[in-house]
Amino acid sequence: MTAPKIARVTADGGLRLEASGSWIADHCDALQALIDEAGGAAAAALDVAGVERLDTFGAWALARVRGEPRAALTGVRATQAGLFAAIERLPPSLAPPPFRRARVADALAALGRALVDTGADLVDFAAMFGRLAITFARALRHPEAFRLRSIVHHLDRTGVQAVPIMAMMTFLVGAIIAQQGFFHFRRFGAQDYVVDLVAVLILREIGVLLVTIMAAGRSGSAYTAELGSMKMREEIDALSTMGFDPAEFLILPRVLALVIAVPALTFIGSIAALAGGGVVAWVYAGMSPPIYVARLSEAVSLAHFEVGMIKAPFMALVVGIVAACEGLRVEGSTDSLGRRTTSSVVKSIFLAIVLDGMFAIFFAAIGM
Amino acid sequence: MTDSAIHIEDLSVGFGAKTVIDKLSLDVRRHEILGLIGASGGGKSVLLRAVLGLIPKRAGRIEILGLARETDSAQERREIGRRCGAMFQQGALFSSLTVLENLEFPMREYLGGSERLRREVAIAKLEMIGLAADDAAKFPAELSGGMVKRVALARALALDPDVLLLDEPTSGLDPIAAGEFDSLIRALRETLGLTVFLVTHDLDTLNGVCDRVAALYGGKILAVGPLAQVRDVDHPWVRAYFRGARGRAAKL
Repeated sequence: MTAPKIARVTADGGLRLEASGSWIADHCDALQALIDEAGGAAAAALDVAGVERLDTFGAWALARVRGEPRAALTGVRATQAGLFAAIERLPPSLAPPPFRRARVADALAALGRALVDTGADLVDFAAMFGRLAITFARALRHPEAFRLRSIVHHLDRTGVQAVPIMAMMTFLVGAIIAQQGFFHFRRFGAQDYVVDLVAVLILREIGVLLVTIMAAGRSGSAYTAELGSMKMREEIDALSTMGFDPAEFLILPRVLALVIAVPALTFIGSIAALAGGGVVAWVYAGMSPPIYVARLSEAVSLAHFEVGMIKAPFMALVVGIVAACEGLRVEGSTDSLGRRTTSSVVKSIFLAIVLDGMFAIFFAAIGM
Repeated sequence: MTDSAIHIEDLSVGFGAKTVIDKLSLDVRRHEILGLIGASGGGKSVLLRAVLGLIPKRAGRIEILGLARETDSAQERREIGRRCGAMFQQGALFSSLTVLENLEFPMREYLGGSERLRREVAIAKLEMIGLAADDAAKFPAELSGGMVKRVALARALALDPDVLLLDEPTSGLDPIAAGEFDSLIRALRETLGLTVFLVTHDLDTLNGVCDRVAALYGGKILAVGPLAQVRDVDHPWVRAYFRGARGRAAKL
């Protein structure tokens, strides 16, 4: 493979260029150099009889060498004529569509759009809630619309399979709260109240919040990714075309499974956390298990337990609705699938915490 | 240097207990356009994927431009990747890159050199394939099915390869675009000395573009040769394939 070359010959008509060698992609650097060198040469003709090999890169480079308007082409080999003809049909300069520069106004516009989007999000979530409520009401009248098999399948994935990790995580958090309580309360002789701290905190807040956050990360993200890839592959469209409601077949079973699983996991998690606190009380503070249990029964009223458990299904509903909405918003690209899954987890955790705050105000107002 | 661009010898490919390709031998000569036909699910795509090195083979030998497909040398693998362009049935465009970036990506990785030349050649290829320069900034998700096909072909041609492997290139294109594509393939073969191995069901493509046709049936090559010759092979499947209403309508 010989390198591409250009020779300048001054003949009777004026300057003539003679190209030779291999004008192919492998000599990409050399080709650009030749274009730059010949730039504005204003040759009358370009002779390509010496070009041994030619591909699209070379043909384009030769078109550039010819300048604008293009110099006449001579000595075209028969085998290369087709490619020269193909290049000849192209416009003389090929510029990509200009990319827009980022400006300060763009940043402001993005901020504004984010705000508007937040409003649209809330409307969307409310619409999804309504859609699920209608589907649910219809299913109450026609129980076969509950898709029991699907609910059980999702209950297994989001509930049963989550038990070990949920129990382990809440156990550790319960232990940590107890340890911190003993460590700091000991300084002013208040270690007797550590059990109250552990019990109230876990039953009212920590148990349900931890389980919700884990469910959002574990199940909400999976829901969004599943629904999103179904949307991408037009599976959801296929379902609608057959006259079926995706909300009934895909969304309601998932959300119902979550609404059943999260309270159950909250219960298991709270017990595990109390057990974790008990182990620390015994090992770290020397409080024997019977005393710990006796303190617990003094500290805990049914109201504390109820507060945590009442919140759980609502938390599940938030996670489920956000996951379903984000899943249905996925567009054609893998990029959007990733973005939607991320925002499903972030939004559902954020909204769950906001909801938790609203519940705190509500329960305080009714004295629970 | 052997005479064949792709040399397949006693190739066997299977999954589990099932043998899809059974001791198959086939040569794709340099500068020819060979069309592969076969029943749906009959192993055409499996054969193509084996040639591309995407499916492990059980036995046999695949050579591309004289280089063994299963070479251990990273340099030879790169060489095969450089000389061999592939177009997948669904396009397989990188969805996070724009159309232009899809074309520039292999160029940048393999050729380096001037960004300006790369960009211009990329746009030139898009124009040659029938896309407007305005489409260059679009993302694959914004393209129609036919446009995805064209961009995929342009990307397969990005490096001006010696061998082009196409999986159902004209499916999903309208007859005009399919016809344009056929003549483009021929033109590129003339100028670049391209070798094309394509899987197709498009009888017009078989008729108008392919120098030879290979019929795959039951994991083996039933017949290979010019279309007229393959068409007259006395085998029930071949008869059904060409003598069906669609085969007759294509005025072979």
